[in-house]
Amino acid sequence: MLTILAIICILIGLFFMVVGAVGLLRFPDFYTRAHASGKCDTLGEGMMLVGFILYEGMTLISVKLLLLAIFIFISSPTAVHALVHVAYSRGVAPWKKGDERQ
Amino acid sequence: MNDIFLASTIILVITIFLCLYRAIYGPGVENRLIAVNTIGTKTIIILLLIGLLYGRPIFVDISIVYAMINFIATIAIAKYLRRGCVC
Repeated sequence: MLTILAIICILIGLFFMVVGAVGLLRFPDFYTRAHASGKCDTLGEGMMLVGFILYEGMTLISVKLLLLAIFIFISSPTAVHALVHVAYSRGVAPWKKGDERQ
Repeated sequence: MNDIFLASTIILVITIFLCLYRAIYGPGVENRLIAVNTIGTKTIIILLLIGLLYGRPIFVDISIVYAMINFIATIAIAKYLRRGCVC
């Protein structure tokens, strides 16, 4: 039962990571790419780590995986926010409807 | 279960190649940086999958260290681009 739940969590995480990569490849602007990358990667990685924890059970490895999940949930949006702040202060223009893709 | 781990690893490697296009051809330094950050977060998951696939729990520690290095590198490069020096 726990194995089936772990498989479902891993597949949901894999779906979100693939969607994030496609968004990074196909969106027209830096800010939309940051939106796709930041949110989809954080959620996909969290779901995959939850799946690994359910697969491992109550061991020391799952405690380390939980610490890694908490660290990633704090650090990944912070890094993307810092990059977007740098881009905004350097004057990267946002994309409007009708412009050509950057 | 091993089949699912192996299939997930292969799909993530293909996804890394999709991000590598943005890291090579992306206009400006910001697109390249965000692509490299995404590749780093996918690499953490690939390290964990390899550790589970071959039964070596030491890979969990390696992935924790990789997550910290990825975060610090991104913050340091962002600070350098903003101020002109890492200080």
